Amino acid sequence: MLRELVKRWAIYKVLGRWLSHFFSYLDRYFIAQGNLPRLNEVGLTCFRDLITKEREGEQVDRALLRNVLDIFVAIGMGQMDQYENDFEAAFLKDTVAYYSQKASIWILEDSCPDYMLKAEKCLRREKDGVSLYLHSSTEAKLLEKIQHEFLSVYVTQLLEKDNSQCHALVRDDKVEDLSRMSGLLFYLSKNKERFRLLFKIPRGIEPVSSLFKQYVTAEVTALVKQAEDAASNKKAEKKDMVGLQEQVFVRKVIELHEKYQAYVNDYHTFHKALKEAFEVFNKGVAGSSSAELLATFCDNILKKGSSWKLSDEDIEETLEKVVKLLDYISDKDLFAEFYRKKLAQRLLFDKSANDDHERSILTKIKRKCGGQFTSKMERMVTDLTLTRENQTSFEEYLSNNSHANPGIDLTVTVLTTGFWPSYKSFDLNLPPELVKCVKVFREFYQTKTKHRKLTWIYSLGTCNISGKFEPKTMELIVTTYQASALLLFNSSDRLSYSDIMTELNLTDNDIVRLLHSLSCAKYKILNKEPNTKTISPTDYFEFNSKFTDKMRRIKILLPPVDEKKKVIEDVDKDRLYAIDASIVRVMKSRKVLGHQQLVMECVEQLGHMFKPNLKAIKKRIDDLITRDYLERDKDNPNLFRYLA
Amino acid sequence: MRRSASRKTGQPNSTPSLNSSPADLFRSASSKATTKELERIDALYYSYANGSSAMIDPEGIEALCSDMEVDHTDVRILMLAWKMKAEKQGYFSLEEWRRGLKALRADTVNKLKKALPELEKEVKRPTNFVDFYSYAFRYCLTEEKQKSIDIESICELLDLVLGSQFREQVDFFVEYLKTQNDYKVINNDQWMGFYRFCNEISFPDFSNYDPELAWPLILDNFVEWMLAKQS
Repeated sequence: MLRELVKRWAIYKVLGRWLSHFFSYLDRYFIAQGNLPRLNEVGLTCFRDLITKEREGEQVDRALLRNVLDIFVAIGMGQMDQYENDFEAAFLKDTVAYYSQKASIWILEDSCPDYMLKAEKCLRREKDGVSLYLHSSTEAKLLEKIQHEFLSVYVTQLLEKDNSQCHALVRDDKVEDLSRMSGLLFYLSKNKERFRLLFKIPRGIEPVSSLFKQYVTAEVTALVKQAEDAASNKKAEKKDMVGLQEQVFVRKVIELHEKYQAYVNDYHTFHKALKEAFEVFNKGVAGSSSAELLATFCDNILKKGSSWKLSDEDIEETLEKVVKLLDYISDKDLFAEFYRKKLAQRLLFDKSANDDHERSILTKIKRKCGGQFTSKMERMVTDLTLTRENQTSFEEYLSNNSHANPGIDLTVTVLTTGFWPSYKSFDLNLPPELVKCVKVFREFYQTKTKHRKLTWIYSLGTCNISGKFEPKTMELIVTTYQASALLLFNSSDRLSYSDIMTELNLTDNDIVRLLHSLSCAKYKILNKEPNTKTISPTDYFEFNSKFTDKMRRIKILLPPVDEKKKVIEDVDKDRLYAIDASIVRVMKSRKVLGHQQLVMECVEQLGHMFKPNLKAIKKRIDDLITRDYLERDKDNPNLFRYLA
Repeated sequence: MRRSASRKTGQPNSTPSLNSSPADLFRSASSKATTKELERIDALYYSYANGSSAMIDPEGIEALCSDMEVDHTDVRILMLAWKMKAEKQGYFSLEEWRRGLKALRADTVNKLKKALPELEKEVKRPTNFVDFYSYAFRYCLTEEKQKSIDIESICELLDLVLGSQFREQVDFFVEYLKTQNDYKVINNDQWMGFYRFCNEISFPDFSNYDPELAWPLILDNFVEWMLAKQS
């Protein structure tokens, strides 16, 4: 047997060589003669045999094949007709027949992943073959044909197999097989027209979509895990480094999403699958919810000195993509609250890089989540525009009323209550200089409008003051709180903690934060007694007249209070009202409703903002029963009645 | 009084039949007895009632309890209140007193004391018990517009009314109520829910408990707490 094989192989080889010589000869001298087709046929027959042999795994002289093929191409004298007509057509026909036979056997024998594995192997081998001994123009045609044989013809059967096996795949975490399946999916979605029938079969595509979902889920989970690891590694180091990690994570998620969205096209089932796959993302990373991560990501792009250094077009594009991800955030209300908080910071502290981008992203969010979602944010941006106009007229007012001028440049940002995040307004005792400023602005504002009440939020203010230090006079950029504390030292040299506290009328927390920033942080404007790293209520403070720095203008940071907890608390509170309102709305229209339907309708109503959990809804139902909005039916405990 | 007197005099005239039936005689006799009984019930009422308010007040109830040799926190006193349909905790009005004692056919302290075991049996009949259980909650609402009862009182009340029937459930639920922080008060729905829970749910494996159903959240939490404790 073996001898026979070797013998035959040798014969082919000889034959092939002979053919090769023969054709080169022809090539050189008899190209114009009309007897070519006959010779070609002879050569082709041998050649086909050879290729079939190779497919079956026998060793063939590839160089020989290549030579023969070159001759075919050369015969055409630069024109591909000869090659295409004589060889390629026959070759492709052969190929199809060969694989069609193979596929029909495999589809019966093998499991779906094995089948896909074999198909993929064949494809790869043919691809190699093409590059080795076929003309490159054949490659696309060849692969297309083979794909057709393997996938199109048997797609329904494949999918049926899927049904039973995809679960096992996922369970065993066979990511590679899954990726192969998602390749199938890609093929399907690229050739939508051809598989229209399939898409019409009810549940026809479901197995694939579920597989797809599981595959993407695995990828997202991997990203989340990667980010978690990175976050936990970085924890020990600087805090903002963690922030950066998370930004990278969001970026990766965006990329992943872009990649798979290409597969999805416009099939509803796949959209759903993709959405479900990104549920993992929803949970967030390292204690930060995804809503917060996205809001922070936007903030990073939109603020001055963004770490990404993007061009305007890139920013637009990135924003577009971020907003797309909003689809997968179930806590949209939380995103809105974080976004509003960050937006407020950008607007109030003049950190926003570009007004147009601010408005552009709001338009995008609005398109996605509706007008109600962005109305407050839009009004915030508008408020700031109004403030600029207001400032101009305030300056005019001052120049017309020179007696009123407080002698200090004053800019006031008037915000509309309700649109902005809520800020605590404390009765800080302002220094007399600033009291005058406030008075002047109040008077000015009175002339513009009679019925509005101004509430001052000093915690958001900034002051530029000049410090007359012995080495040189410096300009200090500080918050209103810090300024008020420093100005106290105009009239006294030495003050105790409690002096400062009573003078300023602030809480312990604020005073500690404030004094720490002035006496224990980077710049020591105040000398503290005793000279320790922390503030205690028994400390004394003195103006540090020796203080200096190589800069002439320094900014003394007051670390912001961590507002994350407050944002989450606020959102939770808003949710209670939202659930209450939803239950009452549903019950008002239905009068009597079963518990499960009630829960379902509430989830549906609230879904565009957040995903209320069953417990929260139940708790609200309990509460509404206590408040006599609802009662439980006397005979059926799962039925509620609305009490008008 | 006047009505029964007039009936007595009017009866012979109004009887159409010539031979006055034994039933009539009996009725008139029993009516006489009823009157007497009512008088005695009233007399008993006034022996405990507060002179100025003309109500039996907490002091009066304590006196009554000690005369019956029953503790005033005994569940049977709550049952007595239920029988009287007493509105206000710690007080019996004349009307309520008459309603209860007449139904119990008791016109002396001794008879009342002897009627208590029978009353207990009556309350424990399933149809009555739900009513009694629900009454117990309402009876504890002492303030105007009060709708819920604080955890501590609820625990005592549960022990009192349900302790003999569902000892285990009550003990664990009371323990849960005392360790949790989510609830400071219990409303009527939750109260009634717990009774349904005791009757319907297999304890302590909770095999037929489904949190998807409309059980008050506090019971979902209780079951969760129990399961965590068991594992």
